[in-house]
Amino acid sequence: MHPLDLVTDLRTFLPLEAVLYESEDLKAYECDGLSAYRQMPMIVVLPRTEDEVIRILRICHTSKTPVVARGAGTGLSGGALPHATGILLSLTKLKQILEIDPVARTARVQPGVRNLAISEAAAPYGLYYAPDPSSQIACSIGGNVAENSGGVHCLKYGLTVHNILKLRVVTMAGENLEIGSASLDSPGYDLLALMTGSEGMLGIVTEIIVKLTPSAEKAQVVMAAFDDISKAGNAVANVIGAGIIPAGMEMMDKIATRAVEEYVHAGYNLEAAAILLCESDGTVEEVADEIRRIDEIMKKSGAIEIKTSRDETERLRFWAGRKAAFPAAGRISPDYYCMDGTIPRKSLAHVLSGIERLSTKYGLRCMNVFHAGDGNLHPLILYDANQPGELEKTEEFGAKILEMCIEAGGTITGEHGVGIEKINQMCLQFSSGELKIFHAVKAAFDPDGLLNPGKAVPTLRRCAEHGAMHVHQGEEKFPELPRF
Amino acid sequence: MPRASIKPMQNIIDQSANTIRAAAERKVPLRICSGGSKEFYGNHIVGQNIGMLDITAYSGIVAYEPAELVITARTGTRLVDLEAELHEHRQMLAFEPPHFGNAATLGGCIATGLSGPRRASAGAVRDFVLGVRMLDGKGDDLRFGGQVMKNVAGYDISRLMTGSMGTLGLLLEVSLKVLPLPPMELTLSLQMKEADAIEKMNLWAGKPLPISATCFYNGTLTLRLSGAEAAVRAAHTKLGGEEIAGGAAFWQSVREQTHTFFQPDKSLWRLSIKSTTSPLSLPGQQLIEWGGALRWLISNADVDAKTVRAATEAASGHATLFRADKSSAARFHPLAPEMMNIHRRLKEQFDPTGILNPGRMYPGL
Repeated sequence: MHPLDLVTDLRTFLPLEAVLYESEDLKAYECDGLSAYRQMPMIVVLPRTEDEVIRILRICHTSKTPVVARGAGTGLSGGALPHATGILLSLTKLKQILEIDPVARTARVQPGVRNLAISEAAAPYGLYYAPDPSSQIACSIGGNVAENSGGVHCLKYGLTVHNILKLRVVTMAGENLEIGSASLDSPGYDLLALMTGSEGMLGIVTEIIVKLTPSAEKAQVVMAAFDDISKAGNAVANVIGAGIIPAGMEMMDKIATRAVEEYVHAGYNLEAAAILLCESDGTVEEVADEIRRIDEIMKKSGAIEIKTSRDETERLRFWAGRKAAFPAAGRISPDYYCMDGTIPRKSLAHVLSGIERLSTKYGLRCMNVFHAGDGNLHPLILYDANQPGELEKTEEFGAKILEMCIEAGGTITGEHGVGIEKINQMCLQFSSGELKIFHAVKAAFDPDGLLNPGKAVPTLRRCAEHGAMHVHQGEEKFPELPRF
Repeated sequence: MPRASIKPMQNIIDQSANTIRAAAERKVPLRICSGGSKEFYGNHIVGQNIGMLDITAYSGIVAYEPAELVITARTGTRLVDLEAELHEHRQMLAFEPPHFGNAATLGGCIATGLSGPRRASAGAVRDFVLGVRMLDGKGDDLRFGGQVMKNVAGYDISRLMTGSMGTLGLLLEVSLKVLPLPPMELTLSLQMKEADAIEKMNLWAGKPLPISATCFYNGTLTLRLSGAEAAVRAAHTKLGGEEIAGGAAFWQSVREQTHTFFQPDKSLWRLSIKSTTSPLSLPGQQLIEWGGALRWLISNADVDAKTVRAATEAASGHATLFRADKSSAARFHPLAPEMMNIHRRLKEQFDPTGILNPGRMYPGL
């Protein structure tokens, strides 16, 4: 279909400002939070209701036009990168909190609602929405569902998949699905889990029921400094080995603490090789007990300095440094590239020393922040996109880090998603049989492959061409495909 | 517990894959089984000359490092053995899966997706599943997810497999997140009416209280508190009620359905509904768990399935005929037609010849 014919069709039921196709209007949508990848969409559409979403999808389905869904555009893997001959479906106008049920502890919301706005609306009832990705001020709940977003508190409180009850979904054919329910489980296959983290490949979410969690009476954080990364890693294992599930457990290396300290003055020990932030929350009695035990464990694990937050201001100050890690990287370097591998925690020292070797090899600095409780690493590679060849070098460095994560028994992405960014590494993590199952799942929902084409799951051909495939135990991963 | 050596284990996988391939070729249905403890659950498998696919011998723990909070085990591993190993390291399966007999295995636990008393506070089986190794309906050996807490690479096939009643594949190995045992547990009982109990359970669930299980039956609300001693004691003071002796045995009887409420010779319905639903008036007796979100119904008269299903639908939920000796009613709640279409298409993709536990969940799956 000719783009202008499509615009005409869409404008039969959408106002002028909801259908954009002039390049100056499209520019704002050419990338998401991963700005290294850019692509202008053919048309941007901004529906205001589920009914409009259905009508848009039916038109696209009939005309075989690709559709890329986009929430707040804060994603870090290029999942919302537009398609050159497709529609970018922005869901930001679906931004109503439809209902808060304080007794059942649920909120029914539209996908464009910001993550933090849910907690703000629930606060008067002593409740909040637990998953707290670092972008929570800006990111939308629909995007959180698409990426199965985590946050610093997810070891104790779970990821998005653990905190949603129900989705209303529109399929590419324009059909409505109700997945999950307001009760704790639903009959049939767990399509709620399948949809969560599916990166806009299976359907468009138009409504979500999220679980709300009672706000803790108290939270306190212990900040411990270590002169050696492995000691900090052991301290994490010792805390968990003692039967404590901290509300948050974050690690930063020296480059990271120095970068943020200059910026937020959190009071970090700048000589330390690693800083650990370990938070306890719960009832006053619980927190007192847990903090005492955490403090003891940190001492025994060889911490060179331990500080415990005395009040809420100090607690927030200790956290401010961790939360400012990404902007701090932006201050000390023109560009940075954030990785998202997850590893078994025992491999931490091994993987970090590997990253250090790669950093020397590529001549690029790398600061490490780490969701230590659940093994999710965020190495931030610092580079300058204006230096010819530096982005390519950075991407190669990043790819090597992900390969190391797979070798350590981990995964290429813990919470940011595959998107377009890690599509080649999918070929390393999965066999052709496994990738075929992913394509089969996609086909069960979207047989024409119109939703977010080219993202999340690589074609077998792409994997064969990518070339850097690993031969596992003598088996070739894609024996049926020719090599180029 | 002994860790079995690898080689004979690979033989079991190869044999199972051959059985699946041969059955697929001849289009003969297979019944996946191991301990047989949950044989009663679900519909009868449909078809002639049903073959057996027994995974019991594929047992043993593959990897367990307590400090990583992850255990990986083969699906023939008995749940009692798995939980004993965890207990030695003061850890647990937080979803408290019902065993329904000593022979219960990890495979059956994941395939049925049933959770016990701690579910409302800690999460369900699916919330703890991190990864699976499986054979699909073509006999292909596949791995999804992994041994790490956070993993968004690819669709969440591990959770899709959980509760799929063996209709999408044969589970070989499962990695689960485990949690530390609470330092202390205490069981309280309070006398009240059903409507008050439902109101209280929901009210308390909205407060930062360490309530880890609830059960209302016959005018008594029983609560379990779990956590640090100081927190448990403080919560007891706030909530009131009487501490009862033998708390652990009580929760075990609810979990394993040996509590006097459960009468094996009568039909048992499992009603999963919105927790705040006021008392459901249906013929028979009820026992409430999960803060009001799970209601068990034992019916003296042969209660009409339509009536039960309609009552749960009105409460944003669904009804499962959990145990039934005589009733021919379908065990699982019917799905909306568009949802059934997605289910059928998924089944066709995972098991193209439709040989794995056909009909166990729904006709045509």
